[in-house]
Amino acid sequence: MALAKPKQDATDARLADLSLPTDTGWSLGARQEAVGRLKQMGLPQPRDEYWRFTSPRDFNAVAPVAAAPMDVSDETPLYADRDTLKIVFVDGVFNADASDALALEGVEIARLADAGQADIHWARELYGHLEARGQNPVERPLTALNTAFASDGVLLRVTGRVSRPVQIVYDHRDAGSDAILHHVVQLTEGAELTLLESGPVAARFNTVLEADIADGATLHHVRTQGRNHDRRAATASFARLGANATFKSFTLTANGALTRNEHVVEFLGDDSVAHVAGAAIGDAKTDPMHHDDTVFVTHDALRCESRQVFKKVLKNGAVGVFQGKILVKKDAQKTDGYQISQSLLLDDDSQFLAKPELEIYADDVVCSHGSTTGAIDEDALFYLRSRGVPKARAEDLLVLSFLAETLEEIDDKDIASEIAERLDAWLARHAG
Amino acid sequence: MLEIKNLHVKLEEEDKQILKGVDLTVEAGKVHAIMGPNGSGKSTLSYVLSGRGGYEVTDGTATLEGEDILEMDPEERAAAGMFLAFQYPVEIPGVGNMTFLRTAMNAQRKARGQDEINAADFLKLVRAKAKELQIDADMLKRPVNVGFSGGEKKRNEILQMAMLEPKMCILDETDSGLDVDAMKLVAQGVNALRDENRAFLVITHYQRLLDHIEPDVVHIMSDGRIIKTGGPELALEVERNGYADLLAETA
Ligand SMILES: Nc1ncnc2c1ncn2[C@@H]1O[C@H](COP(=O)(O)OP(=O)(O)O)[C@@H](O)[C@H]1O
Ligand SMILES: [Mg+2]
Repeated sequence: MALAKPKQDATDARLADLSLPTDTGWSLGARQEAVGRLKQMGLPQPRDEYWRFTSPRDFNAVAPVAAAPMDVSDETPLYADRDTLKIVFVDGVFNADASDALALEGVEIARLADAGQADIHWARELYGHLEARGQNPVERPLTALNTAFASDGVLLRVTGRVSRPVQIVYDHRDAGSDAILHHVVQLTEGAELTLLESGPVAARFNTVLEADIADGATLHHVRTQGRNHDRRAATASFARLGANATFKSFTLTANGALTRNEHVVEFLGDDSVAHVAGAAIGDAKTDPMHHDDTVFVTHDALRCESRQVFKKVLKNGAVGVFQGKILVKKDAQKTDGYQISQSLLLDDDSQFLAKPELEIYADDVVCSHGSTTGAIDEDALFYLRSRGVPKARAEDLLVLSFLAETLEEIDDKDIASEIAERLDAWLARHAG
Repeated sequence: MLEIKNLHVKLEEEDKQILKGVDLTVEAGKVHAIMGPNGSGKSTLSYVLSGRGGYEVTDGTATLEGEDILEMDPEERAAAGMFLAFQYPVEIPGVGNMTFLRTAMNAQRKARGQDEINAADFLKLVRAKAKELQIDADMLKRPVNVGFSGGEKKRNEILQMAMLEPKMCILDETDSGLDVDAMKLVAQGVNALRDENRAFLVITHYQRLLDHIEPDVVHIMSDGRIIKTGGPELALEVERNGYADLLAETA
């Protein structure tokens, strides 16, 4: 079927401007297929159902909107006291000097940009594969674009239980930077890894994470998207779980003109657990803030548990979006699915748009979802103030209280408290 | 300590007069009790004194140690020494009890121009006070009032009071929902704080709390007014005969 003209035009214009990296090696086939998918689907348009609340215009545009890098030297870098394996990208370009040696016991580490140098069997099998699966039943054209044109990314094959986290640090310095990165993580049977991501990748970025989590394996994923006001981010994670596997993903977003975070989770083995959580705080006083979490969880196995916990604190006209779906296939009995999306509006100008969905074909499942929009609780505020806590501080505590449920999804309590400190600092900067 | 004169209060949102001329003076070192049927305005009085929104003072005054408190923010009143043990303590998920207490304590100290208490001293103090109220370490660590039983919530209120050392303590139905043992603990906590520089206003529906916290003065409140004031024997009279006779007497 031919694409509608605006879609066709947007897609043609973008494709005309992009070209495959030169030395694609083993990734060439997957990239070509992704170009095919993209041509077939076309880039998203505001009329598309899946983009009703968030305009894809800035993600589609040939040139990115400029975004001034933010000076964040007022904060010590996250995880500074922790022994991690650090991999640094500046405006989406790998920086060897700032990175640790890419060697860690229990993990094979490679880079997508080196695909031309040696064939990496496992990566070739996986690269673009979960993304392609994730196009059904809902199309995600920006992720196909990512697979086709990604300039680099981290490829991790985890075979052991690794205690030292792998930390990907993004540094945004160039106001005109436009980055496409694609990471692939494969956890073999019983393996475990903590993957940390922090910072804004570029003025505009499109990132994909494909995570293949085999039987009994565990992936902890904690991401902070940086405080930059103007940056525009389209991200997607695709997680596929075997049996008895665990996936825990948490994202903190502070500000950002435009953020679309998609999560696609698929349970293929029995008795697995996947939790995806997000805390977003936005103050649109000086710059716009639009934050969209879009989640799709497919249960296709027995007794799996999924949790979606997404909360947003919106201020001075910030906009929050949540689209979350739990699909339970016919044979996925004893599924336990939970989804909550909530917003705390700190004024009348901010707004929250939510579209929670359940689609259930099995008859013996427990699934629940809820979505709320509210203001600061006056009783709680009075309680705190009556103990002497000044109003502004009391409101901050109640914001942290509101977000607490998302932070509980981070298993490592030290990481959770570092994130909580960041939230607190953000609140202090955005007081009043 | 606390002086209330001709206090008239209506709801902000509707034309409903709740307090219709309350006169009450609580001297330093004394324990006053207010009893009265449900809906007579006891909680409203406690809220208005501690600064909750939603009420409009249409007439009268309230001073704490001579200072007009009605114009102050709730946090200013707290720093000035006012404390309300809530009838329904509020749950605050995600904020640890200790964090809350320390934030409150240091905010009050700061407001009074005092130095903040350091973490170690705070910990020592809170542990000691908690022990007296049989509040275990786990309860201290948990989020404020979340998952606490009714009795635990009330004990937690008393712990806050013990830590903040207010001058004027108002207890609103602190006995409701408590079994006898819990009530004794709470009463012990209160009695331990009694001293000549501190005053208490104990609001209760029943006499039984007053067996454990002996009041100097008992007031009966009805329909937004103090209709009778007497000694501890007044509470016993209520216990024996209920409010009906008293109400009829003053009608
Ligand atoms: N916020 C409010 N909205 C409506 N009615 C109220 C409100 N607060 C108090 N009242 C009314 O005022 C009266 C006194 O209530 P309250 O002070 O709670 O009495 P008490 O504590 O003595 O039981 C009652 O009739 C109650 O319904
Ligand atoms: Mg009451």
